[in-house]
Amino acid sequence: MAKNPQHRDLFPGALEIMILQSLRLRPMHGYALVKHIQQVSDNLLQVEEGSLYPALQRMLREGLLEAETGTSTKGRPTRIYRLTPAGVHHLEREVVSFERMFAGFSRVLAAAQV
Amino acid sequence: MPIFSRFFSKSRRYDDISVSIQEHIDERVDELVQQGIPREKAEKAARRQFGNLTLLHERSREVWQWQRLESLLIDLKHILRRLRRSPGFAITVVLTLAIGIGANTAVFSVLNSVLLRPLPYPEPQQLVSLHLDAPGAPGLAEFRSELRLSASMFFTFSTHNTVFQSMGIWGPGTASITGIAQPEQVGTAMVSGGVLETLNVPALAGQWLTPADQDTHALGRVMLSYGYWQRRFGGDPGVIGRTISVDSQPRVIAGVMPRGFKVVNYDFDLLVPMALDPAKEQLAGFAYRGIARLRPGVGVGEANADLSRLLGVWMDSWSNGPGTDPHWYTRWKIAPHLQPLKDLVVGPIKTVLWVVMATIGVVMLIACTNVANLLLVRADARQQELAVRSALGAGRWRIARELLLESVTLGLIGGAAGVAVAWAGLRLLTQIGPTDLPRLSEISLDARSIAFTLVLSVFSGLFFGAIPVLRYLPSRQRQPLLGAMRTASVSRDRQRGRNLLVTAQVAMALVLLIGAVLMIRTFLAMRNVDPGFTDPASLQTMRLAISENLVSDPRTVIRIQNSIQEKLAALPGVSSAGFVASVPMSGAEPSWDQITIEGKTDENDNAPMRLFNYVSPGYFLTAGTHLVAGRDFTWAEIYSVLPIGIVSESLARELWGSPQAAIGKRFREYPSMPWHEVVGVVQDVRENGVDQISPATVYWPSLMAIDPSAPQKLGAWRTVFFAIRSNRAGTQAFINEMQQAVWQVNSSLPVADISTEQEIYGQSMARTAFTLVMLAIAGSMALALGILGIYGVISYAVSQRTREIGIRMALGAKKTELIWMFVRSALTFTGIGTAIGLGAAAVLMRLMQTLLFGISPLDPLTFAAVPVVLVAAAALASYLPARRTARINPVEALRAE
Repeated sequence: MAKNPQHRDLFPGALEIMILQSLRLRPMHGYALVKHIQQVSDNLLQVEEGSLYPALQRMLREGLLEAETGTSTKGRPTRIYRLTPAGVHHLEREVVSFERMFAGFSRVLAAAQV
Repeated sequence: MPIFSRFFSKSRRYDDISVSIQEHIDERVDELVQQGIPREKAEKAARRQFGNLTLLHERSREVWQWQRLESLLIDLKHILRRLRRSPGFAITVVLTLAIGIGANTAVFSVLNSVLLRPLPYPEPQQLVSLHLDAPGAPGLAEFRSELRLSASMFFTFSTHNTVFQSMGIWGPGTASITGIAQPEQVGTAMVSGGVLETLNVPALAGQWLTPADQDTHALGRVMLSYGYWQRRFGGDPGVIGRTISVDSQPRVIAGVMPRGFKVVNYDFDLLVPMALDPAKEQLAGFAYRGIARLRPGVGVGEANADLSRLLGVWMDSWSNGPGTDPHWYTRWKIAPHLQPLKDLVVGPIKTVLWVVMATIGVVMLIACTNVANLLLVRADARQQELAVRSALGAGRWRIARELLLESVTLGLIGGAAGVAVAWAGLRLLTQIGPTDLPRLSEISLDARSIAFTLVLSVFSGLFFGAIPVLRYLPSRQRQPLLGAMRTASVSRDRQRGRNLLVTAQVAMALVLLIGAVLMIRTFLAMRNVDPGFTDPASLQTMRLAISENLVSDPRTVIRIQNSIQEKLAALPGVSSAGFVASVPMSGAEPSWDQITIEGKTDENDNAPMRLFNYVSPGYFLTAGTHLVAGRDFTWAEIYSVLPIGIVSESLARELWGSPQAAIGKRFREYPSMPWHEVVGVVQDVRENGVDQISPATVYWPSLMAIDPSAPQKLGAWRTVFFAIRSNRAGTQAFINEMQQAVWQVNSSLPVADISTEQEIYGQSMARTAFTLVMLAIAGSMALALGILGIYGVISYAVSQRTREIGIRMALGAKKTELIWMFVRSALTFTGIGTAIGLGAAAVLMRLMQTLLFGISPLDPLTFAAVPVVLVAAAALASYLPARRTARINPVEALRAE
């Protein structure tokens, strides 16, 4: 994760889950991933390159992703990342636990407002 | 996972990361350009956004790494590359370490095999030797450290003890084997029941001797050693049950003991049952060595207590014949003092080995100091590089790790080469085979030696590596960025570090040199001792036994011995020949007993024990033992069994005041013996080695009355050494002629132990010679390394201070003054080192006391001369490089550098 506190992740695992979810739609290269997350979140979330690449490597090692040689939209050689079945499985499990966490989180916030 | 494919896929993986990141940056740049930012600025912005690219690469890669290991491997790669670039340095260090570590490994292997490894018997920790002290037995106690066991003690101890699983007594002997090929004399181990059970090594073929073999009235079977079985019978398994003729008696072979089996430390050919007869035994006859296996859980103290109790039982149950007092031996203050069997096997070599190990260890320390000095010089040269790296953010630990890794790598390479050196050294050692080194055949490089080498390599690496690290790290590297620039002179601080190391070297070298010189002086002192014979190199000896079964009549034995002597004396090149029960230092002590002096009342009272020896006429002449007073025996006297004797000079002085006064005086061994008249007094002979006092000795004629109960019965000494004085001694042709001469008299007589007295004499000096050689090697290595160290430090100082010298010269300093300045600094730290070394030597040399002879461990001459030599050598070693200052041109020195 980035060391700069201003750009800190929301919580641990958030970056991974966003990457996984994005790649579930279609395989992408690194730049496209950043752009995708930026667009989908309406510029609310900015993925830092400094965190992206180590995270990608971590997930590659854990077998959640695969990388293949490909070309970018501009025709330059790059690596395209795609989800593996293990990645899909992992994503689904994480999403469930995230949702439960969010539910709990919002209840706590709601209670605090009263 | 195969490590190769892992590394292979890893490098592909790293490419993937780079490609991805590069493409990402490119897209980002394109994007910014599209937004209207000039390409150049866009590129900068894109990179800035990415931050530290190298770090990002590293982070991404780290995911795949066994991180630490991999960065270690990278460091290692750098180190090897750097070493390749300075082969001179690398070779010097590796060679120094290879020799140092190799020598240490070799000595440790010997130490390990001889001292540390357990004896090759099952559960060896239970084995003890039955050592008895008898401080009250005068005469004996001064020449022997122990009282051996008598057969009656064996019977009492083995029947009544409560502490042993088994025990037995044994003794070395010889036997003639006839009827197979040429008659042959072999070494026998005479064993009582219990010896094999105690050692508990099963037979390789056939079976052990049984209690039936120990029956006095039957001829027990014998066992073969592996070596004899191979040598004489070609390893034929059918030999079990065959009959061989041992001392002209038919004996059945019961079995063969396995390879390497020894009775304690005795490498026998034939194991023969003692077949002791309790009905014939008395208290006396202290001739046997006892061994026992303790019951599990029984300690030595408990066993000693049990045997002390049994000594009383022993005196109650046996006697020395009617009219003697069985409790007379209480005066001898016999006390059991059991020792682990290993102590007996290892013997006095223990001190030698530890001294040698310590010595070699010190040499290793000196070698490490030299290497540390080289590393300091090297680190000096790299100081700027290190400072730059440190300024760029390399951690202190990171730099320290690299420096230490470098030195440990050097240590390990040196260690690997050292194993080869050690292996070669051990092969050489086992081939030379110093005879007094026990367990020589067991010496090998085993896992423990290899582990020792590994530990030594790593530790020496850390040791000599830590010195530059400690010198360079604490400063935190702020100033040297400038400090190492060309305008500066060398800081005094760093020079001091090297001086400290050399001071330590000088101190250690001094200790070793003093040790070496003391050993040399010991050796010389031993050479100067008159051993009681002359020119041992031309004194040929051989042992010959005439067994009772072959020739029963003692007179015939003497006649055979006499005619062999005449035949030998008639050989070409022989000036004289004679025979004796024991030649000096052969270890074959014929016997010990008391004598009574005519006219003195203390008959058979607490008189000292005397060594007995039995000689033929002509022996003293042949050996070169000169007569101090009186004359030698004559053959006529021997044949007519006249009651005469010859005594040693020290005995004559003790009993009668002077050698001349002893002539004509009379003595005897026991009351029914006729008084024997002293006809001659001979000089003292160092029977047990030149460094042992000469025992008071009585020389009897080799034919005499021997049995107190039957005065008419004669006895002849049947196993004798022939001594032949010839300038052809030791040559094979001469040995063959000797053999022929013996066989002309009787063809069934085997000849054994053919050697020159020089060899026997050399063996008695072997321990000193071995220590001397080791210490001399270590001492000269230390001296050479120390001088090299001084030379190196001064020569480096000169090269570093060229600029300063230039300034001094420009200011008018004289060349001789400058040279003296360097020599003086060398002499200062040599002086300090010498002072420390002298102090250390004074303490350490006391530990070597048992190895010294005829010299004090604080010998003033040695302690004065060695420092003088060392300081002179140091002065020379510093003068040579210092002279180079004279050649410095001040203009050059100030301009160029």
